[in-house]
Amino acid sequence: MIRLSDIHKRYHTRHGSVHVLDSINLSVAPGEKVGVLGRNGAGKSTLIRLISGAERPSAGHIVRDMSVSWPLAFGGAFQGALTGLDNLRFICRVYGRDAEDKIDYVQEFSELGRYLREPVRTYSAGMRARLAFAISMVVEFDCFLIDEIVAVGDARFHEKCRVELFEKRGDRAMILVSHDPGYVRAHCDRASVLVSGRMHSFDNVDEAYAFYQEHAG
Amino acid sequence: MNGSASPSLLQSWAVQRRVIGALLMREILTRYGRHNIGFLWLFVEPMLFTLGVTALWTMAKATHGSNLPIVAFAVTGYSSVLLWRNMPARCIGSVEPNLSLMYHRNVKVMDVFAARLLLEAAGATMSFIALGVFFTSIGWMDPPEDIVKVMIGWVMLAWFGMALAILLGSLNERTELVEKFWHPAAYLMFPLSGAAFLVDALPKQAQEFILWFPMVHGVEYLREGYFGQSIRAHYDLAYMATFCLGLSVMGLAVMRRISREVMPE
Repeated sequence: MIRLSDIHKRYHTRHGSVHVLDSINLSVAPGEKVGVLGRNGAGKSTLIRLISGAERPSAGHIVRDMSVSWPLAFGGAFQGALTGLDNLRFICRVYGRDAEDKIDYVQEFSELGRYLREPVRTYSAGMRARLAFAISMVVEFDCFLIDEIVAVGDARFHEKCRVELFEKRGDRAMILVSHDPGYVRAHCDRASVLVSGRMHSFDNVDEAYAFYQEHAG
Repeated sequence: MNGSASPSLLQSWAVQRRVIGALLMREILTRYGRHNIGFLWLFVEPMLFTLGVTALWTMAKATHGSNLPIVAFAVTGYSSVLLWRNMPARCIGSVEPNLSLMYHRNVKVMDVFAARLLLEAAGATMSFIALGVFFTSIGWMDPPEDIVKVMIGWVMLAWFGMALAILLGSLNERTELVEKFWHPAAYLMFPLSGAAFLVDALPKQAQEFILWFPMVHGVEYLREGYFGQSIRAHYDLAYMATFCLGLSVMGLAVMRRISREVMPE
């Protein structure tokens, strides 16, 4: 179970404090797929980072009773000066996994070939995305946090990702943030909509979609 | 478990060790790479510094008011400076290049600092030992009179460097002025650090002034350990420990505050 109780997040900017998230409540049970819809800048990525624990809320509590992934966004969570392979090793060390038997999988899935041994900063956006996704699949979690995963890559790569994530790991919980209602509708049991820092939750995706169209679309 | 909410202390310790280990490897790879002598630069670089200074001081016959063997004087002095002075330099601005790694919940600012500080301490220590062993074996230096005292002095200097590094590294996330001021400050502190002179050689008033600097006590103690009764050392380790403790508390407090605000990118 993941439970967010009365979460607030404020950032200090040059023109004062900005209230990005305002009294957010959300709970996700094992195996549940929850979508969060919102326009650019609605606070979706902030929410995901808070759930992952990479950032801390200004107020409120987050309980994580299952293992939660880092925010799977294409491109992030890497050190640009390191090679793809060294990034894989870094992440395996951090999560206490053995990297050596994962290399073949990452090599094959990312289709990076010899570029796996080049620094990540030399990669194109598409190459980074493929590496990010491949490495994300190396460590298993009870709940995956997915941030705009549809943004990069071609159709064939999307299909590969879909199979890995939603078929092979269909029993896991997922929290998926997106501004694309179609994507959320395809994969989620229920959804919430973020509008100017407040969250509106719905029991089914269609209601959330209607609300999103009306208030945010 | 990676994601559980309240791991036990033992699990936290295991996670911490894994993360710092991973960051150590990351630092070694990005700093030294796999080219030429690779991570050996970790202690070859400080060795080159110390060797250079030793050569200069030998040529200038500069034991700065003492009749101690010049090589041992330079090696003990300059190694001490490198130990504490490089640590803040490595921690200031260390958060930014690691921000993307902080997407992983267990990678915290303290881990980044810890990895860099451990590396710095290891490099300076290996360099000191290697030079000491080398010069002793060719007869340019005598072995230390009291090696335990040398070690205590060394650890105290490392503590000072680490505490200062954590404080400045954290403050730098608040204001980049820290980085601007550290370079001149580090440069100006060298002549005040006690590395290039013995406190006993100074006039009385200068002694009182210089002993406000905590690192002077560490170097004096270390040198007493090295040279024994042939020098008259001036130190107060309790003063130095109190100073370091205060610095540590301040550093950790500021670090805690900035850790809450760090935004992974």
